Amino acid sequence: MSDAILKVRDLKRDYVTKGGLFTPPRVLHAVKGVSFDVERGSTLAVVGESGCGKSTLARMLTMIDAPTSGSIEIDGAPIDISAGKVTREMRQAVQIVFQNPYGSLNPRQKIGAVLEEPLLLNTSTPAAERRDLAMAMLEKVGLKPEHYGRYPHMFSGGQRQRVAIARAIMLKPKLLVLDEPVSALDLSVQAQILNLLADLQDEFNLTYVFISHDLSVVRYIADQVMVMYFGEAVEYGTRDAVFDNPQHDYTKTLFAATPRADVASIKARLAAKSAA
Amino acid sequence: MSLLQIRNLRVEFDTAAGPFRALDGVDYTVEAGEVLAIVGESGSGKSVAMLAMMGLLPDSATVTADEMSFEGVDLRSLSTAQRRKVIGKDISMIFQEPIASLNPCFTVGFQLLETLKAHTDLNRRQRRDRVIELLTAVGIPEPERRVNAFPHQMSGGQCQRVMIAIATACHPKLLIADEPTTALDVTIQKQILDLLTGLQRDHGMGLIMITHDMGVVAETADRVVVQYQGKQMETADVLTLFEAPEHPYTRALLSALPENATGDRLPTVSDYTEAFASEQTEART
Ligand SMILES: Nc1ncnc2c1ncn2[C@@H]1O[C@H](COP(=O)(O)OP(=O)(O)OP(=O)(O)O)[C@@H](O)[C@H]1O
Ligand SMILES: Nc1ncnc2c1ncn2[C@@H]1O[C@H](COP(=O)(O)OP(=O)(O)OP(=O)(O)O)[C@@H](O)[C@H]1O
Ligand SMILES: [Mg+2]
Ligand SMILES: [Mg+2]
Repeated sequence: MSDAILKVRDLKRDYVTKGGLFTPPRVLHAVKGVSFDVERGSTLAVVGESGCGKSTLARMLTMIDAPTSGSIEIDGAPIDISAGKVTREMRQAVQIVFQNPYGSLNPRQKIGAVLEEPLLLNTSTPAAERRDLAMAMLEKVGLKPEHYGRYPHMFSGGQRQRVAIARAIMLKPKLLVLDEPVSALDLSVQAQILNLLADLQDEFNLTYVFISHDLSVVRYIADQVMVMYFGEAVEYGTRDAVFDNPQHDYTKTLFAATPRADVASIKARLAAKSAA
Repeated sequence: MSLLQIRNLRVEFDTAAGPFRALDGVDYTVEAGEVLAIVGESGSGKSVAMLAMMGLLPDSATVTADEMSFEGVDLRSLSTAQRRKVIGKDISMIFQEPIASLNPCFTVGFQLLETLKAHTDLNRRQRRDRVIELLTAVGIPEPERRVNAFPHQMSGGQCQRVMIAIATACHPKLLIADEPTTALDVTIQKQILDLLTGLQRDHGMGLIMITHDMGVVAETADRVVVQYQGKQMETADVLTLFEAPEHPYTRALLSALPENATGDRLPTVSDYTEAFASEQTEART
């Protein structure tokens, strides 16, 4: 039996950019009508070229931006933010990890407060317990207790990315949209985060929409894969179907362009370089 | 004489919880036309090292080094004004978080024009042409229109590429690229890496490439520095590093690729380092 937590139908988003002195205003079709379902407790990975509309899609799914047209249904309830009918429970059930963690953190808020804020606003967890939960979360994403009292600018890029993930999972949202969440992480920390996400999914039946351009990560984490190209979903299917038998030219190019990290390729490159 | 020579660099931050040593005696040498890759775990001091060299760390940081010279000139002996002249023209940096380092109040075209105005003798028209040329080189579609876009109207990867265009605009002698392709899919990544290695080849530019992607290292680097917790674990030419990695951490880094997952858990470096540690203890007993 199908139990889709997220149903998206013919979703579109246009951006109208103001014209310059001599240029007329222009409409950019960032998302051109995508449809998909995500089963509860599963992971949909979204891949695609830079600028193809992935973050735009993520902002619509998480009720930050309104679609130009089309529909989104979360847990059976239609979402219409322009009508102002989104409840607090709904917002709490859907969280996002932004592509740009720096911009999404308040520079004047210490990390401890960043992590406790969702609990403070949405639950009646007492202060001491909030602190314990925040400390435990820091450890889970590979940060240390001494990071609790630090401000965002005192972190490395990858550490900030982990803070953003930690904040989003504090409330165990039903649906979590992650926009390039591990792009700044070295392989070891990346593995730790991916393992953590897998554990949470097992334990709480969380659903993920996972945007990534890293195919090895996608292959590891995804149940379903959607490939976007210039605002359209050009490929959508189970992970194995997409990886074993890609249909669209862009997907094929993507697989072929993956950098080679083997010794033979390095030797070939160095030989070409010294010959030049 | 090396293009860049840093010896025994230490950086300590004053924090509420006491001093924190982010870097503990690291060395970097870059020759003209060379690509040095710095790899290492998140928080190991890769970005801090470069910011220290550029003089961009906050006051809470104490920086010391036995040597820190660019083309034989001690960077620390320069006045702020002199240093600013070198940085921006001869040394330029692609920052790790591009959206945060672009100015949200100005169009990307304006930001590129300002860079060209400050560091080149091009006239107005030439600057305009160069801006289009630069945006085309980093694969921004419809550059004539995109010059009028503000950073928030661009995607993450487009901002990253604008930053790359700004950093390469004046043909720096040394380019520091801090995770320059994290937001890019492999096809555009390839275009950007070709652009950077092209500049290095054609203009003898030195390139420091900070990355966690071993594929990028394999495809670009001449030499590699491996960092772990503020220390340098190993320095090797790229082939040696991949063929015969010396340090357990490097070996772990090369094995932690998701391709190598066993069952449904991904290997983490601590899995390996713990294994290495027990291997070593067993060997001793
Ligand atoms: N506020 C905006 N106004 C105008 N155009 C926009 C706006 N936001 C995004 N765009 C454009 O819409 C397109 C899709 O952007 P989006 O951020 O969704 O891409 P993306 O797939 O997330 O790319 P990346 O992988 O580089 O982050 C891009 O061409 C972008 O320039
Ligand atoms: N202003 C600061 N105050 C205190 N600690 C800081 C400050 N800036 C950076 N650090 C710490 O210094 C260490 C090194 O940071 P750095 O940004 O160099 O890491 P990195 O190797 O670039 O990591 P990443 O791959 O995650 O970007 C980190 O542990 C970070 O938390
Ligand atoms: Mg994006
Ligand atoms: Mg960094």
